[in-house]
Amino acid sequence: MSIHDLNPTDKKDTRSGFGDAILELGKEDERVVALCADLTGSLKMNGFANEFPDRFFQTGIAEANMMGMAAGLTIGGKIPFTGTFANFSTGRVYDQIRQSIAYSQKNVKICASHAGLTLGEDGATHQILEDIGLMRMLPNMTVINPCDYNQTFAATKAIKDHEGPVYLRFGRPSWPIFASKTSFEIGKAWKINDGKDVTIIATGHMVWYAVLAAKELEKLGITVDLLNIHTIKPIDQEAILDSVSKTGCVVTAEEHNRFGGLGEAVAQVTSTNHPVPQEFVAVNDSFGESGKPTDLLKKYGLDVSDIVKAAQKVLHRKG
Amino acid sequence: MAEIDFLTKRSSQVRRDIVRMVHSCYSGHPGGSLGCADFFVALYGEMMSFDSKNFEMDGKDEDLFFLSNGHISPVWYSALARSGYFPIEELATFRQIDSRLQGHPTTAEHLPGIRMASGSLGQGLSVAIGAALAKKLNNDDHLIYTLHGDGELQEGQIWEAAMYAPHHKVDNLIASIDYNSRQIDGDVDDVLSLGNLRAKWEAFGWDVLETNGNNMAELVGTLKKAKGMTGNGKPIVIIMTTEMGQGVDFMMGSHKWHGVAPNDEQLAQALSQLAETEGDY
Repeated sequence: MSIHDLNPTDKKDTRSGFGDAILELGKEDERVVALCADLTGSLKMNGFANEFPDRFFQTGIAEANMMGMAAGLTIGGKIPFTGTFANFSTGRVYDQIRQSIAYSQKNVKICASHAGLTLGEDGATHQILEDIGLMRMLPNMTVINPCDYNQTFAATKAIKDHEGPVYLRFGRPSWPIFASKTSFEIGKAWKINDGKDVTIIATGHMVWYAVLAAKELEKLGITVDLLNIHTIKPIDQEAILDSVSKTGCVVTAEEHNRFGGLGEAVAQVTSTNHPVPQEFVAVNDSFGESGKPTDLLKKYGLDVSDIVKAAQKVLHRKG
Repeated sequence: MAEIDFLTKRSSQVRRDIVRMVHSCYSGHPGGSLGCADFFVALYGEMMSFDSKNFEMDGKDEDLFFLSNGHISPVWYSALARSGYFPIEELATFRQIDSRLQGHPTTAEHLPGIRMASGSLGQGLSVAIGAALAKKLNNDDHLIYTLHGDGELQEGQIWEAAMYAPHHKVDNLIASIDYNSRQIDGDVDDVLSLGNLRAKWEAFGWDVLETNGNNMAELVGTLKKAKGMTGNGKPIVIIMTTEMGQGVDFMMGSHKWHGVAPNDEQLAQALSQLAETEGDY
C-alpha cells in the first residue's frame, strides 16, 4: 500500500456510509435500534426508519431526551444508535452524555454528522470544531472520525460489536472514496504510506488532503510516513511511536480546533514517550463561517498546501 | 391492613437508616429522603416485582425503578438494602471513600439495584422512557417507575420527555413527583413556581393522579390504581404531596434540612421520634 495506489474516481458523503451501514445492521441484528432528532434525511437514516419502524424512534427536536432514551434502551439489551448533527450530538447534550451514557457505562453509539467546516453554507452555529475534544475528555468514551464513505460504513458496522459508548463523527460533503470498506479495526491506525522524512497523521476528511500533500512532498524529494488515525480514543500509540521514532517529526491534520483534538492526542503520546517536533494543521481557535466546504478549508488553513508547508516547517525544525 | 402495618413499620426503620447515614458522614440530603421514605417502602415492599438476590442490569421480566433526583440516595439505599439487594451493614459506608454507596447513585460501583447514575437533575424520565420502550420491544409486560423532585421539574429535559411519552403511547410507565414544595434555595413558589402542575401534565397528555405521599394506605391505594391504568395508551404521573423531613419534627416545615446533616444531639432527638422496627444496621 502506498499513496500511489490511491487514485479514487468515486465520491460520496461519509454520512451515507453511516446510513447504508445502519440499514445493514438492522437486518443483521434485531438488538439494533436507532433514534433521530428530526434529521432523518440529513443523517441518511430513512432506509432504517422505513425498514424497521418499530426499532426507529423519532424524538423530535429534543436531543437531551434522545440521549437519555438511548441510555434507557440499553437496559433491556438494545444497541441504540443516535443520529443528529455533531453540534447537537455533543455540546448541546454534554451533561446527558456525561451522566446517563459515559458515567453510567451505557452501550450507546452517538452518531454525528455535519461535523466541522465542511458542513459549509449553514455557518458557524452548526460547524462544531470542538466535538472531538469534548468527547475525548469523557472517561469510557471511544472516539472515531472516519475519512471517507467506505471507512464510515466499516466503522459503523464495527462499533455495533464494541461494548461501550462510542462517538462516531462524520460529515456532509461528497468526498473521494479511497479507504477499505471491509478492513477496519477500532483503535488500529491505517498505515497509508511508508516514508522516512516526516510523519503525517490525519483524521476525517483531512486524510484525503494528507494523501495529496504526501504526493506533492514526494515530488519535492520528501518521503512521508502517512498514518490515518480514525480512532482518536483509544489512540494507536504503537503506530504513532513506530512512525515518529523513524522520522523524528510529525504533522497532524484535522478538521477541528487545534485545542482538544487529534493533534493534542498525538502530542500527548509523543511528549511522554518520544518527544519530536510537531506542527498542527487545524483550525486556529476560531469559529467557522458560511461558504463552500473546500473554500472554507482553504480559508481556515486546512488546505493541501497547508499540510505541505507544515511538513516543510517541521522538517526544518527537526534540523 | 396487615400489609399497611408492615409497610409503615418499615418506613420508620428506613427513616432511622436515613438520619444515621447522613449523620455518620455529616453530609447528604435528609429532608427529601425522609419525605419519600413511605414511597420507597411502598414501591419495593408492595408494588414492584424484582429479584434482589440476582441483580441483572437488563432487568428482564422485572419491574424497574429509576431515581431521577439522585440526591435523595439515602432513602433508596436503605430501601434497597432492606429489600435484600445488598447487606444492610453496607449502609454504614454511605459517602465514605471506596464505598459502593456514592453520594449520588451510580452504576460505576456496581451496587445491585442501580441501573443509571443520577444527580445531575432532569435526566431520569428520558432514561425511563427508553427502558419502557425496550420492555415493549422485548414483549416484557413489566412496568417502569420513576421518582422526580418538584424542583427538578424546572429542568427543560423533563418536558422534552413529558412530550415524548404520550405522543408515542409509552403506557408502561408510572412517574411520580415528590411534591414537597421546597428546594435548596427556598419554597418552589418563590424560586420558580410550577404553576398548575396537574394541568401542565394533563396538557402534555398524561393521566394524572394525586396522593398524600406520607399516608401509607392512601399512597399504596394510589399506586395500585396507577398500575391498573397502565396499558391504556397513556403514561401516568402521580403528584405525591409530601413533607420534607417527615417523621422528624424539627426537620419538617422548612427547606433548611434539604442538604444538611444532624449533629450528635439532633441525631439522638431524631431517633427518639422513630421506632426501631427491624433493627438498626
